[in-house]
Amino acid sequence: MTRRVAVTGLGVVAPGGIGTKAFWELITSGRTATRPITLFDPDGFRSRIAAECDFDPVHAGLTTAEITRMDRYVQFASVAADEAWRQAQVGVTDPWRLGVCMGSAVGGTTLLEQDYVATSQRGQQWVVDAGAASPFLHCALSPATLAAEVADRVGACGPVRTVSSGCTAGLDAVGHGARLIEDGQADVVVAGASESPISPITVACFDAIRATSARNDDPAHAARPFDRDRDGFVLGEGAAVLVLEELDHARRRGAEVLAQVAGFATRSNAHHMTGLTTEGVEMAEAARRALDHARVAPDEIGYVNAHGSGTRQNDRHETAAFHRLLGERAHQVPVSSIKSMIGHSLGAIGSIELAACALALVHGVVPPTANLETPDPECDLDYVPHTARERRLDVVLSVGSGFGGFQSAVVLTRPERS
Amino acid sequence: MSPARTGSAPVVTGVGVIAPNGLGVGEFWPAVRDGHLALAPIGRLEPNPYPVTVAGEVTGFEPAGWVEPRITVQTDRFTHFALAAADLALRDAALDPAAVEPFEFGVMTAGYSGGVEFGQREIERLWRHGPEHVGPYQSIAWFYAACSGQVSIGNGLRGPSGVLVADEAGGLDIFAAAGGELRRGVRAMLVGGAEAPFCPYAMCCQLGLGLLSTSGDPATAYQPFTKRAGGFAPAEGGAMLVVENAGAAHRRGATVQAVVAGHGATYTGRRRFDRSAQGLLRAAAGALAEAGLTPDDVDAVFLDAMADPLADAAEAEALRLLLGERASRVPVTAPKAGYGRSYSAAAVLDVATAVLALEHGLVPPTPGVRECRFDLDLVIGAARPVDLRTVLVLSRGVYGGNSALVLRHPESPISGGM
Repeated sequence: MTRRVAVTGLGVVAPGGIGTKAFWELITSGRTATRPITLFDPDGFRSRIAAECDFDPVHAGLTTAEITRMDRYVQFASVAADEAWRQAQVGVTDPWRLGVCMGSAVGGTTLLEQDYVATSQRGQQWVVDAGAASPFLHCALSPATLAAEVADRVGACGPVRTVSSGCTAGLDAVGHGARLIEDGQADVVVAGASESPISPITVACFDAIRATSARNDDPAHAARPFDRDRDGFVLGEGAAVLVLEELDHARRRGAEVLAQVAGFATRSNAHHMTGLTTEGVEMAEAARRALDHARVAPDEIGYVNAHGSGTRQNDRHETAAFHRLLGERAHQVPVSSIKSMIGHSLGAIGSIELAACALALVHGVVPPTANLETPDPECDLDYVPHTARERRLDVVLSVGSGFGGFQSAVVLTRPERS
Repeated sequence: MSPARTGSAPVVTGVGVIAPNGLGVGEFWPAVRDGHLALAPIGRLEPNPYPVTVAGEVTGFEPAGWVEPRITVQTDRFTHFALAAADLALRDAALDPAAVEPFEFGVMTAGYSGGVEFGQREIERLWRHGPEHVGPYQSIAWFYAACSGQVSIGNGLRGPSGVLVADEAGGLDIFAAAGGELRRGVRAMLVGGAEAPFCPYAMCCQLGLGLLSTSGDPATAYQPFTKRAGGFAPAEGGAMLVVENAGAAHRRGATVQAVVAGHGATYTGRRRFDRSAQGLLRAAAGALAEAGLTPDDVDAVFLDAMADPLADAAEAEALRLLLGERASRVPVTAPKAGYGRSYSAAAVLDVATAVLALEHGLVPPTPGVRECRFDLDLVIGAARPVDLRTVLVLSRGVYGGNSALVLRHPESPISGGM
């Protein structure tokens, strides 16, 4: 008997609103949450815009001890996990069969940078002063603490992992979490990803390679995937958590199944740490493997949630990949990028996009690509400009690309009838 | 048991090691077998104002000869280790990646501290001189996925990729993740991890763990399972192993060094070493069950060896519960006491050591340790000849993970398999 994976809970912390409801309203409205950076003074940086979360940890329900101990990205994940866990109502479950799989690309860099500034006297000392470090600095060195904090919230004693494969981490964490269930290591896995990368060092490192948008005078329209006038991605932050559950386990307790995680695969381009091939072969291959795993044909895909970062090379790479995958149907399948509205939150975005895909399946609505005024002539697909579209969906594909040449694909499907 | 779990267990066909006690298995194995002590004052931290002064450093390693000069400047020392170890593993396996079908050979690494020395240099530039002084390689050198990405690109590996940051235990979990790909039809995976945590800022972060030995005497700094246990000596280094689909390895006539027969993982809370006895027990029992074995089959155990009094007691208790009256007779060992604990790489190095032990029929000793305060048969002094069929490797993370991996001699009958 094949073990299948259901989604029975969702939680989201995203720019434009905290909670799944606010998130879904934003991304189906076509409004954007990109704006000037307020988390630090961005004067002197090339890109001074981002999609920030208006996040008040006290209002979100965290205790003083938690707020003191947790870096911002761990706080996001905790709040998203609480929402997902409440919705799933898993109830009594064997803690040894309950796992956690969380993703993050840059982890605790916010705290690492904050304490670096304190211990080095603003970069003046190579041999830093350990006495000036916060007692929680050790948690920032490794994002392993992210999964541990989530595990403690839900009482997990099964496999607890943090995935840190860069910008595909959000897809990979859910994919890996689903495998823990398929392979019999757990019956329930709290899976997702979180990131809070809006700090000077991360903004500077994307400045250095001109990956981010410098449309500082018009932040609301800066994230423009597939548009001729795009100039890079807009950094974002946030978290999403999905409660994954073995399908029969969910059915036995009468849980509402929102979607199934039916397929997952990764492939690599072995080409360049930040470059993509123009043909999109590896992304198409990852998607094909994920579809094979899901036992779904490319013809059945009703919506593709694109990586859609808004860099020229990505948009063309992805368009080529979708042509390769979908063949003659390529022009009939809606493809959109919610990064146009909530920015690119690195390791978190893949999980946030999977939350969007699950909601798209539930509501029968495809979220749009905002800011798509003049399509790049090289990008000729149906990118769902500006306005959400109603469409019954049975199979949704979400893809991502990350530094390292990594390509990931996850297939979500409408729940099977028992 | 689902169909995904049946089929032949993956096999190890190549081992590459960059460790404080040797570069390559040709140096590493004799040093481990003879119990050499490779701990010393930390040369990379000179001056060293920190209370931790003894560590396992990889001396005599220069990237030249291992890493292309163009790549050397784009990468941190931890990635240099990973690239060198990957090269050694491929040579040991006599496997040319170009001879494997595209998309069927991938790479997965575990990590803990990332490219933190590179990161400290760049963050210093930012805070000392301004954002425009951050170089273009910061975005690809610091993050945890740097090793998987560079090993993929450097060796033309276009198969599945992955990065786990599950602290030490992640070094065992990564074999399970790679095994998941091999069971699903991928032909080969490079699996491992690397760490280089000895720049001042990385040391500053580790100090907060409160688990590092502050002894200044290399001969007694890391004394697990003794009355003098007062923390571990940190280390740098790395290891990569070629793990293949058993059928594929057989078809190409590869020499099989060991079978990766089973894996288990649990979580018992941050710094809750009292609870890790149950956690380790369940992880080990799960790994043995997956391998189709019982605790009676265990011929030797490679220990986590945290050298924290509570953690050591919990590990001894786990073995007592697992092995029953055999607990005092099964040889157990902690070779890492001779070269330090390199976080996620420590577990990978233990796997490499276990493979070599199976090959040579020898259980290497725990260097520097003269007595054991528990009723365990801790191998001290000289290596012990044992007809090894089944070895168990244990690992714990400081953030609560407990993992176990079962390795078998290639000539043992296979009854289960991950």
